[in-house]
Amino acid sequence: MTTAVTGGLRADSAELRGFRQVQRLAYECAEAVAARLEPGITEREAARMQREWLRERGVRDWFHLPFAWFGDRTAFVNFRIPLQFFPTNRRLEPGMPFILDMAPVYDGYTADIGYSGSLGINPVQDKLMADLEAHRELILREVRERRPLREIYEDVDRLMVRQGYANRHRAYPFGVIAHKVDRVEQRRWSAHVFGFGTQSLKGLASDALHGHREGWSPLWSPYRFSDHPPQPGLWAVEPHLGFRGTGAKFEEILVVTDSGDPEESAFWLDDDLPHVRRWAEER
Amino acid sequence: MTLENARERRVRTGGVELCVAELGDPGQPTVILVHGYPDSKEVWSEVAPRLADRFHVVLYDVRGHGRSTAPKPLRGGFTLEKLTDDFLAVADAVSPDRPVHLVGHDWGSVQSWEFATVKRTEGRIASFTSMSGPSLDHFGHWISNRIKRPTPRRVGQLLGQGAKSWYVYALHTPVLPELAWRGPLGKTWPRILERLEKIPGAGYPTSSLPTDAAHGAWLYRDNVRTRLRRPRTDAYAHAPVQLITPLGDAFLSERLYDELELWVPQLTRRTLAAKHWIPRSRPDQLVAWITEFVTSVEGGRPEGVTATGKYADRFGGQLVLVTGAGSGIGRATAYAFAEAGARVVAVDRDAEAASRTAEMSRLIGAPAAWAETVDVSDEQAMEKLAEKVATEYGVVDVLVNNAGIGLSGSFFDTTPEDWKKVLDVNLWGVIHGCRLFGKQMAERGQGGHIVNTASAAAYQPSKALPAYSTSKAAVLMLSECLRAELAGQGIGVTAICPGLVNTNITSTAHFAGVDAEEEKRRQKKSARLYGLRNYPPEKVADAILRAVVRGEAVVPVTPEARGAYLMSRFTPRALRRIARLEPPL
Repeated sequence: MTTAVTGGLRADSAELRGFRQVQRLAYECAEAVAARLEPGITEREAARMQREWLRERGVRDWFHLPFAWFGDRTAFVNFRIPLQFFPTNRRLEPGMPFILDMAPVYDGYTADIGYSGSLGINPVQDKLMADLEAHRELILREVRERRPLREIYEDVDRLMVRQGYANRHRAYPFGVIAHKVDRVEQRRWSAHVFGFGTQSLKGLASDALHGHREGWSPLWSPYRFSDHPPQPGLWAVEPHLGFRGTGAKFEEILVVTDSGDPEESAFWLDDDLPHVRRWAEER
Repeated sequence: MTLENARERRVRTGGVELCVAELGDPGQPTVILVHGYPDSKEVWSEVAPRLADRFHVVLYDVRGHGRSTAPKPLRGGFTLEKLTDDFLAVADAVSPDRPVHLVGHDWGSVQSWEFATVKRTEGRIASFTSMSGPSLDHFGHWISNRIKRPTPRRVGQLLGQGAKSWYVYALHTPVLPELAWRGPLGKTWPRILERLEKIPGAGYPTSSLPTDAAHGAWLYRDNVRTRLRRPRTDAYAHAPVQLITPLGDAFLSERLYDELELWVPQLTRRTLAAKHWIPRSRPDQLVAWITEFVTSVEGGRPEGVTATGKYADRFGGQLVLVTGAGSGIGRATAYAFAEAGARVVAVDRDAEAASRTAEMSRLIGAPAAWAETVDVSDEQAMEKLAEKVATEYGVVDVLVNNAGIGLSGSFFDTTPEDWKKVLDVNLWGVIHGCRLFGKQMAERGQGGHIVNTASAAAYQPSKALPAYSTSKAAVLMLSECLRAELAGQGIGVTAICPGLVNTNITSTAHFAGVDAEEEKRRQKKSARLYGLRNYPPEKVADAILRAVVRGEAVVPVTPEARGAYLMSRFTPRALRRIARLEPPL
């Protein structure tokens, strides 16, 4: 059973505190693992490092198992089938960009985060990261305006093209830029299928079922089923830029409520995240 | 003589007196230029003065050539050991305390390979730029490798180089070569050169040619057989080497250098679409590459982004101008050239988009990139741009006339204004580009390449695109005519016919004969259609670079463009039938 997070969410509610806590934990994990990356490490090893770090801190279930992408895999070059998302034996080299992506469930709360970095200096990825700031602002603004998700998606797309990049979240399943996350019931055994936790998939499926009846979708995609205003709840948003062999993304939770006040109607769950701090420092 | 302001001196060594010329400030790094066969130091007369701004440039006549004296007797006087003595004597005379940068062409390169790989010159050579002259030792190993382990391909390479080396056998004939050079061949050589290599005479070759060529025959006789039979096994370069390979060289095959990495730990490869005598035909490019290489070895340049892209050997340091570089195919093309290390001028009428392209180009490998805002259909603006580019950045090596707009609608819906607009941009833009930048290229006389973006619509009629197709067909024909005209000057012209490519041309295209709302709808619909087709502009950019490297004439890119191209040649009636179909909009 999943508890649907609906309207009336306030920034200081216990519910959101739980989500914020697990999201912070995940970003801490990303930073810890990123600091330990060195030349020669494979994607599989990096993914295992994330898994172990989180397990040690009590994570037992996953929305999806941690991913790690190195080099041109950060831009999903030649990705055709979803199996290519899984970590490979690609080794990290100096200057290479990398992305760590994980979605742990902790205490019944889910996070889904993406962390971009590079081993040493990578000016291209730095540029991509800097340009992602505009997307974070655009998404929040247009969600507050209650524009249809599909339209926002197209605006994000257009901004990427204007910035000179390719939209890489098109390569995700259903081309999603975001998906809903919910509370997940803790089980003693957490099974997963193809890297996705069954409990979370169940939640997503039931959302899809409800949504289908009510005319909305838990997946934020470029397709017609996303042609509806933002549905209250928690959305893990992941704009992903690609520029030739380099990719960069962030992923974090956007809270959408049914409040009439624009400020309260949508807000980022947490503003104290590595990429946000980085933009603040650059200013 | 053509080497103006050169300070001459004589250096005595091993029974001969070498004529040495110096240009530039002796305080700067020394670059020694070594000439080939049958030449004298004057073969460098276009290169040396251009290098003299930055370097201390030294040239010498190889023994028995130009104004240097010949050994007596000639036989045995031209061995690589003796040539190495000469080089060391010159180097000690002009740069006693500092290692020198070597540049060799043809036989000058062959002997410089000896200098750069023997023990006794270690520490005297800082870098070596080799063109059109392999190491005889490497060549010997190359041959024996192919004889020992013959595969069809390797035998083919052996036979190919064997055929190209006909003159080497000829020069081993006693007396006859000397007679020919002192007689008819010596007289007609300048004309032969001009015809075969398309290089202007201008004081080259010098009047000493017949004796130079006669003496130089001993270079071959004293060295080739012995070295090829028993090549040295320790011929490893002790300095960084830059290899410049002219692709149209009649005497040397590119394949000769396939295994060069084994011998040279620090190797930079460059290729050039030119024939054998590049010091005459491509001085600017050589000067740019030599300057860059020498400077990087001297450590005078901070380590920038290195070009890692495909064809970096070919486009590194070249100047490429792309119109319509603010989006789509133009932007992808600018990036592809940037990745190959070219300097990029990104031209677009959208200033912000152009500067974005330039900025990103610098991040991915372009040593420099500039943005220019111009509407290509504006004649005066284009003239101003051409002037500015020539004075500030130089003559363009590759010009990509890519800017274009879309226009759809039946013939009778297309107004005269529509026609004018589409022809102004799509056709006149290309005409202005070719006229202004192509002219600079032709006047410089050092080759280049023009790429015009036509379209599959150029040969595929359609009732929905009469004006657009007409403009593009004109671009195609213009390109082919210009290609014929510029062929003699080493300038290639390519027409690219992409087909359905996922760019924003669809969302900015004008749909004639419908109201604004319907136009919006059709733009959206066609954009979606192109998006579904999802052929990336990057692939078109790759095709453009490949076409420039190969010198292709007409390049349809997407499978449907290639299919239509085949149909237009073999089943034009079927294609005309298709033209009648209603487009799915």
